[in-house]
Parts: sequence; structure tokens; C-alpha cells
Amino acid sequence: MKERVRLMNYQQYLLPVLLLPLACFLLLGLFGKKHLKNASGVIGTASMFAVTIISVLVAGRYFFADGKVDGVYQHLIAYKYNWLAFSPTLSIDMGAIVDPISMMMIVVVSFISLMVHIFSLGYMKGEERFTTYYAYLSLFTFSMLGLVLSSNIFQMYIFWELVGVSSFLLIGFYYNKPSAVVASKKAFMVTRFADFGFLIGILVLSFYGGTLDFNALIQRLTAPQSGEFVSITTASFLGISMLTWGLCLVFVGGAGKSAMFPLHIWLPDAMEGPTPVSALIHAATMVVAGVYLVARLFPVFAIDVPALQIVTWVGAISALVAAIIACTQTDIKRVLAYSTMSQIGYMMFALGISRYGGENGLGYTASLFHLFTHAFFKSLLFLGAGVIIHFVHSNDLKDMGGLRKLMPVTHIAFLVACLAIAGVPPFAGFFSKEEILTASFHSNKIIYAIALFTAVLTAFYMFRLYFSIFWRKEATVHGTHNADGTASMKIPLIVLMICSVGAGLVPITKMVTSDGVPLETHMDVLFSLVPIVLVLFAIFFAARMYKKENGSAGKMAVAFGSFYKAATKKFYVDEIYLFITRKVIFNLIGRPAAWIDRNIIDAFVNGVAATTARISGLIKGLQSGKVQTYALYFFSGIAGLAVLFIYLWK
Amino acid sequence: MNLTLLIIVPFLTAIAVLFCKGLKQVRTVSLAGAAVQLALVVFLLIAYWQQHTSGGSQFLFESNVMWFKPLNINYHVGIDGISLAMITLTALVVLAGTLVSWSTEKLSKEFFFLLALLSMGAYGFFISLDLFTMFFFLEVAVVPKFLLIGIWGSGKKEYSAMKLALMLMAGSALVFVGLAGIYFQANSFDVIQIAGMHIPLSVQKTFFPFAFIGFGIFTALFPFHTWVPDGHSSAPTAASMFLAGISMKLGGYGCLRVATYLMPDAAHSYAWIIILLATIAIIYGAFATMMQTDLKYINAYSSVSHCGFVLLGIGMLTKTSVNGAVLQMVSHGLMTALFFAAIGMIYSRTHTRQIAQLGGLLKVTPFISTVFTIAGLCSLGLPGFSGFVAEMTVFMGSWQNPDAWYRFATILACASIVVTAVYILRATGRSIMGPLNASYNQLTDASWNEKLAAGVLITGIVIMGVAPFLITKLIAPSTDVIMNKVLTMVK
Repeated sequence: MKERVRLMNYQQYLLPVLLLPLACFLLLGLFGKKHLKNASGVIGTASMFAVTIISVLVAGRYFFADGKVDGVYQHLIAYKYNWLAFSPTLSIDMGAIVDPISMMMIVVVSFISLMVHIFSLGYMKGEERFTTYYAYLSLFTFSMLGLVLSSNIFQMYIFWELVGVSSFLLIGFYYNKPSAVVASKKAFMVTRFADFGFLIGILVLSFYGGTLDFNALIQRLTAPQSGEFVSITTASFLGISMLTWGLCLVFVGGAGKSAMFPLHIWLPDAMEGPTPVSALIHAATMVVAGVYLVARLFPVFAIDVPALQIVTWVGAISALVAAIIACTQTDIKRVLAYSTMSQIGYMMFALGISRYGGENGLGYTASLFHLFTHAFFKSLLFLGAGVIIHFVHSNDLKDMGGLRKLMPVTHIAFLVACLAIAGVPPFAGFFSKEEILTASFHSNKIIYAIALFTAVLTAFYMFRLYFSIFWRKEATVHGTHNADGTASMKIPLIVLMICSVGAGLVPITKMVTSDGVPLETHMDVLFSLVPIVLVLFAIFFAARMYKKENGSAGKMAVAFGSFYKAATKKFYVDEIYLFITRKVIFNLIGRPAAWIDRNIIDAFVNGVAATTARISGLIKGLQSGKVQTYALYFFSGIAGLAVLFIYLWK
Repeated sequence: MNLTLLIIVPFLTAIAVLFCKGLKQVRTVSLAGAAVQLALVVFLLIAYWQQHTSGGSQFLFESNVMWFKPLNINYHVGIDGISLAMITLTALVVLAGTLVSWSTEKLSKEFFFLLALLSMGAYGFFISLDLFTMFFFLEVAVVPKFLLIGIWGSGKKEYSAMKLALMLMAGSALVFVGLAGIYFQANSFDVIQIAGMHIPLSVQKTFFPFAFIGFGIFTALFPFHTWVPDGHSSAPTAASMFLAGISMKLGGYGCLRVATYLMPDAAHSYAWIIILLATIAIIYGAFATMMQTDLKYINAYSSVSHCGFVLLGIGMLTKTSVNGAVLQMVSHGLMTALFFAAIGMIYSRTHTRQIAQLGGLLKVTPFISTVFTIAGLCSLGLPGFSGFVAEMTVFMGSWQNPDAWYRFATILACASIVVTAVYILRATGRSIMGPLNASYNQLTDASWNEKLAAGVLITGIVIMGVAPFLITKLIAPSTDVIMNKVLTMVK
């Protein structure tokens, strides 16, 4: 891992990538409401357009022109400012790291953000807080770009919190709606709890590593001879080395943001936000921050097998559990939310089974490849859902059906996205999923089985969704024209549809690898056939059940009995949390703390005052009730004591 | 520059106010006084920066005049980066406090007189380098609070005023014993002289607790914090701002400048107690806040929790953590003043502070609601605002203390960021968001003076949050001097 600090001309353009959205946020936030009411959408979109162009140019230049030295992609630092120095060695530097994952991410983030900006021009039209909405979108984009460009772990934490707050603001955008307020609070608190782990993880790693800088930290903690490595691996707590502790704690933060089991409970509720926001934040970008974090620290994770194992199992369980729950939900956005969780679980365990370097790093590459393709088809699914909800005025599947004729563009787009996420060739999801399956097959057969089963479930529930929305029955909502929405809503759908077809052809394996060396992958036809056949079978099965209303879905539900019921209730995880927070924390810690303060500590203080007053009353035979008098006694008493004290001392 | 101006200006303001007629004159004079103070402080910052970078001594702008010969009491003033940071905080809060009290009809002359007196006490305290002078100004700052709460307060104001005055008097008394102990050993009240001596360990051990607990009471040291909720909730808005924004900082500053700096060995021996109490205050304060239903009680209890970070930073005795403690004092001062200002604005319109009775205020009073939300976000440590910088510095510094038990304290303190998020979001969610209570349809948004007050404080918070290097460059060299002494004197 070589680091070269050099300021290449083109990398300076990363500064406007960050500053344009920030400027846009400040402009719209401070002056937008009064002066820019209707122009705000255009201003936001235009700045986002510029950001996207610059990001693509910089990333393209890095990947295809001069990112490689001797065939290896370099980690470069575009710029670096000392922002807050804790001590001579530990400081938060604001910088921009230029390496394969950060370059890939700025393209994904800015591109999806642009699509959502355009889509929202139509979707949010007439909204009272239109300007505020665009201000928040800009704030989010700024924070997310800052997060992926972070060159310092604390810098990442800063932007990590900022994306958290933008997510909070956008989930609670309809602040009059109590459910939106509750959902926004829940999202913030759960991720905050996870960030507590992240913070302690940073403290641990930086204490032993002696630095907060990503490159230096990775360098020191992966060199077996370095003093830092020796100290962090020999120090242990409860029999677990501090390295494992540090990494696992950092991973807790990642798991919270990425809605991994059991910290996933905020994600389905976060769907209370406007649908384009769900597409941007809760599907394509912010929720993959956890994957990005593990990928960023991957060389360190790779030398610590226990931590990687935790990553693997958390990912695998999340992928499976979410897929099962998704099969039973009836709210279109919630199905998509669980599907997001499931796909991120996929990325996570792919990282977990990977190792550092060469062929062993296939899981790493596959994970980020899937992150890349997933961003397109999942945001497409959400934007499509947005069009549908816009038209039907309901999130519930039972209010939908037969919409294919009314909204042809959305129909085709949604179908493409479903095929892509199900992993049907030649759509984007096929290529990335295929690599994850290959990687897991070669490292852990149980994980492979889970991955395969999840893939089948994914195909099933996605086509359950598709058939329920577009087929099943004749449309109940009768056709006004233009159900597909305005042009600004159609264009992003079409663009993302093209991406969902073509993104699999982008040679990510040659660009994003664990050690920077391009990876040669070959497809084994026989191996790929197994998942393809199973997936097609699942789609066929979904078609039989949901294409026409025939009661077979109900029978299935009955057949699964209480398991089905548990899955619809999301396995009661929410209830467990509610019990712990409401009953245990509020009643057993909060309430007693407040009570003790008033009735014991304060009562004691009052008691002392009362006693003093009574004694002084006895002595002086009067109780003036004047503070000056009390103070005088008190004062002179203490002073007398002091003199006595000093006298005795000498 | 003559530091005495910082005492003269508020003093003259106070006198001038007495000769004014009517609210309009009174507030104009007060505002002018506050503006002059801020201008002085800005000037001082620039002058300090120039002299400091050209290699000045530890304290700049010193002046030393004999005051009372027999006891060797001098009027000795001078500032370093820490006191300058505190003075800047004071000037900002005074200006904002004056602005939010713009329409105080009741006994306005006396009200603004007392505010000016209070700020004089605070400035005097922060610039003093003589323990007796320092004590004198500490008392000047206590008395007005009693009257401000007792006369202009709300709720059970007599009880609260009495409680606050008595507890702070008790604190002062303890401080006095501590100072006397130092004096009889060193035969001097001069901070610089005493810092150069070595006080015997046994003496330190006897008098450190007096000084530390005495000052600690001012800054809500557990379990002597119970004046905070009552005092704050009964006080009028400006008094709450002064109380939490400035007065509580007198205590933290004293703990550092007097107790720790002058008696470093004792600070080391008692560090574990300080850390224990601070950690309890942080966690327990946060949980107690979670159960409050009155906005002012929420902010008061949260102050107990946040001031715990100051004491934790001091108790951990590493350079970084002490830096963090100073940062937290400034940050908490600005943030809590902003919070009280916002609560005051809400209360003056809705006449309630119960979060259950509020709701949806964002719709009718967007400016005030935004201010409230910003204060909340700063309180829960959002990056970009001052709270984040201060808390992270405390955490980072505390973790550098290698004692395993202190690590647990740090982890517990870090856990408070979760609890803080819970109570802040609860308060914001219920009062600012949610459906609008129909009876609040006609509320008016902030007036110009309220906007200006909020603007002044938010500017401070954002500058510190976005460009923390400015303020760390100011205070770090000064804490280094203190900590070098503290760390070398330990055997």
C-alpha cells in the first residue's frame, strides 16, 4: 500500500465537488424561502449536474489515465488541511482521498443524487417546503461526498454524523405527520447508538495506531513488525485482542448505518420520508456507508479473522432475515426497504469472506461491484414506486394492480429493475451477484447456501411485487392521462433503466480490488447456471401466485402458519426494542434518576438548609427568613472553621 | 491595552442605566454598553494574537497595583488564551442577553443594572491574577443572581432564588477556605508567584477539596448540582442565559486555574474522585433530563450533564482533555445561552414550557424553531457546531489517560451522546415538529432583537464548530503551560 502525496491538477476539482453542494445548501437554506421560491429546484439540479460532470471526469481520469503506477491503483491524497489538532500526533485533517473505492463512490453518489434532483422537480412540485427540500438534498449530497472522500477516520465520523442528520431531516420532512416524526427520531437514535460504538472503535484504533489518518493507520496496523501492530494485538480485554475490539466497534457503526440485523429497525420506518429521498438515501447511498467503511479499513480487517467473521455472519443473517420478511410485507416501500437491507447484507458478507490481495480478494471486488450495480436498480425501483404512489395515493399493494397499461414507462422500468435485482442475465445485478456467489462458494459453503437461498427469495418477492402492482387485476384507479408523471420524472427512470441494463458491463473487477491490482475474472457457465435456473423458477412461481388473483398466496401463508405470522410481524424485533427502551431504560434508569434527584439529593440539600435554619433559630431565637442572614451565618461559620483549621495545621 | 476597561465599561453602563428614564433609554444604554464590550473583546483578541505570535509571556496585558498592603493583596490582572476565550464568551452572552430582554417592562432600570453588574463580576473574575481579587469578583457575580431570580423570576422564584444563593454562597465559602489555605502557605495571593512555588503535598491535599468543591458547586458538580434545575427554571430568560452561559463557567475556570494549577499534586491524588463524580453527573444528568417535561428543566439538567464534561476533562489531566474542558466551557456557554434564549422566545409567545402542550411550532414560528433546533443539534454534538469539537476533544483526551478504569469512565461519558440524542429529539419532536396546536395559529415569529441575539450566539457556535483550529490555537498554548507544570510537579 503506497501513499503518494501529490497535488495533481485535476484532483483539485474535488474541492468544488464538495463545496458546490454546500454552497447550494447555504444559499437555499438562508435565502431560498424568500427570494428563490421556484428557482430553488433548478439551482439545486444545476449545481448537482456540474458536480456529477466533475466527478465523472475526475474518476475517469483516475481510472483510465493516470491512477495506476506499474499496474497498481494508487492511494493519493488530493489535499489536506489540519482542522483540529488533539495532540501532536492525533489530529483531524480534512482531506480528500483518491483511490478506486472513493472514485467509484463519488460517481455513484453524485449520479444518483442528480437523478433524484431531476425526479423531484416533478414529484415535489407544489410542495410548500420545496426550497427546504432542495436545501436538505444538497446538505445530504455534500455530507455523503465528504464521507466517501474522507482521508481521516475522524473526518469520516464527522460526515457520518452529518449524513445522519440530513437523513433525520428528510425522513421528518413531513413534520406535521406524527408517524414521520417518530420515524425520523427512531432512525437518528438507532444510528446514534451505533455511532457510539464507532466512536469508541476510533478511540481504540487511534490510541494504538497513534494516528487518525486512514493511510497511516492501515499501514501501521497491517505491518507485523511495527510497534503499533504488536501493541494492539498483544493488548486484550476479556481475552479478545484490542484489534478485534476496535474493528468490531467500528463495525457496529457501519452496521447501524447500513441497517444490519439487529440494528436494522429504523430502515423500514424511514420510508416515511418523501420517496425520492428513500431512493437516494435509504437505498443507493447512505445505507451503503457501512459497507464502504469496512471496505475502507479492509486491509486491517483482512488480518483479523474474528472481526471478518462477525462481518460475514451479520451480513448473511441480515440478507436472509430481510429477504424472508420482504416476502410478507404489503407496503410497497417496505418491501423495497427490506430488499435493500437484504442486498446490503449481501455486500457485507461478501466483504467478510474476502481476504486481502489477488484472487482471495474476489469477495471485496464483488461486494463493491454489487454496491455499484445495486445503486442503479434500487434507486430505479424506488423512483418507480414514487411514480406509482404519486398516482395511486397509497403505499399498499392491495390498492394497486393492473397498472401496466396506465403507466407504460414505469412498467418497463420497474420490470427491468426487478430483473436486474433478481439476477437475470444480462441485467446488471446478474454480474455482481454471480461474483458474490463464486466468492462465497470458494470460501464457505454455508454462506454459499444462504446466498443462493436469498437470491431465490429475492427473485420471488420482487416478482410478487411486480405482478401485484402491474398485473393481478384490472386497474381500480381509472386512467387519467399521464400516469407516468411529468417529463422530469420520466427522464431519470429511463436513464436509470439503461444503467440497470448496462452497469454490469462496467469492468469494476479491473478497477476496484483489495490491493489495487486489476483482477481477471472468468465466468464458469455451469456454475452460473444453478442460480439462474433457480431464479427463473422463483419468478415463474411468483407469476403463478400473483399474476392472477387465485387465492394461492393465501394458501401459502396458511401453510407456513406461525412462521408466516412472525415474518409479517418482522420477527418481533421492534417489540423487543420497545420493551428494552420503554420498560427497561425509561422505567428502570431514567425515572429513578429523575426521582432520586428530586427526592433524595435535593431533599438532602433542603434538609441541610432547614436544619441550619432551625439551629440558627434556636441559637439566635429568630428566624429572619432573609437570605443575607443565612448567608452571614453560613459564611462566618465556615470562615471560623477555616481559621481553626489553619491554626491547628500550623 | 488596559484590561481594566473590561471592568470599567460594565460599571459605567450600570451607573448610566440608573440615570436613565424609561425602558427605551435604559435598553439603549445597555445595548450600547454590551456592544462596546464586544468591540473591546474583538480588539483584545486581535491585540492578543499579535503579541502572542511575536512571542509574549504566559500572561499578556498585565497590570499590578497594590490594593491592601498588610495582607499582600494586589489588583493584578492579565490574560492568557484561556481567560481570553472566557471573556469572549462573556461578551457574546452579555450582548445576546441584553437583546432578548429588550421588552422587560417590570423595573427595567434595576434589571439592566443588575445584568451589567453581573457581567462586571464575570470580566473581573476572568482577568484576575490575584486570588483575592478573583474572589471579590466572584462574589460580585453571585449577588445579582439572587435578585434577578427573586424579583423577575417565575414559578417558585423565592425558593429557587434562596436555594441558588445559599448554595453558591456555600461554594464561595469553601473557595475562600481553599484560597486562605494557599495564602497561609505561600504568603501571597498572586497566581503567578504561587504557581512558581511548590506547596507541600499535605497542604495541597487539605485545601484542594475546598477549592475544587467550592468552584465545583458553581459548575454543577454532582451531588451539589440541585440549585441548577430550580435556579434556571425560575430565572428570567436573560438571567438563565447569564447563569448557565457565564456563571457556571466561573466554576470550571476556577477549578482549572486555581485548584488544579496551583495544587497539581492534590489534583493527581484526587483525580479519581473528580472523574467518578463527573462521570456520574454526565450519565445521571442525561438520564434525569430524559424524564423532564418542562423545556427549561430539560436544558438545566442537560447543563449538569454537559458541565460534567468540563470536570471530566480537568480530572483526566492530559493536555488534550484539559483543552477539551476549556472548549466545552466556551461551547456549553454559547449553546446553553442560545437554548435558553429560544425557550424564552417560545415561552413569551405560548406562555407554557411544557412540551406536551406545544407542538408543530415550525409552521408558525420557523425562525425560533430553527434556532431551537440548532441549539438542540449543538447540544447533541452534531459536527459543524461547537459541541462536537469540545466533546470529541474531551473524549480523545480522556482516552489518552492509560488507566483502565478511566477508560470505563470515558466509555460511559461517550454513551451520553446517545442519551442526549434521545432527550433532544424528544423535546424537538414534541414541541417543534408534530401537528400544530390550534391555539398557536396566531403566533408571531422572532422580532429583530431576538433574531440578532440568536444570530450573535449562532455565529459563535458555528465559527467554533467549522473552524476549531482558530480557538484551539488560542487556548492550547495556555493549557500547555498549565499542564506542563501539572505534569512535571508530579513525583
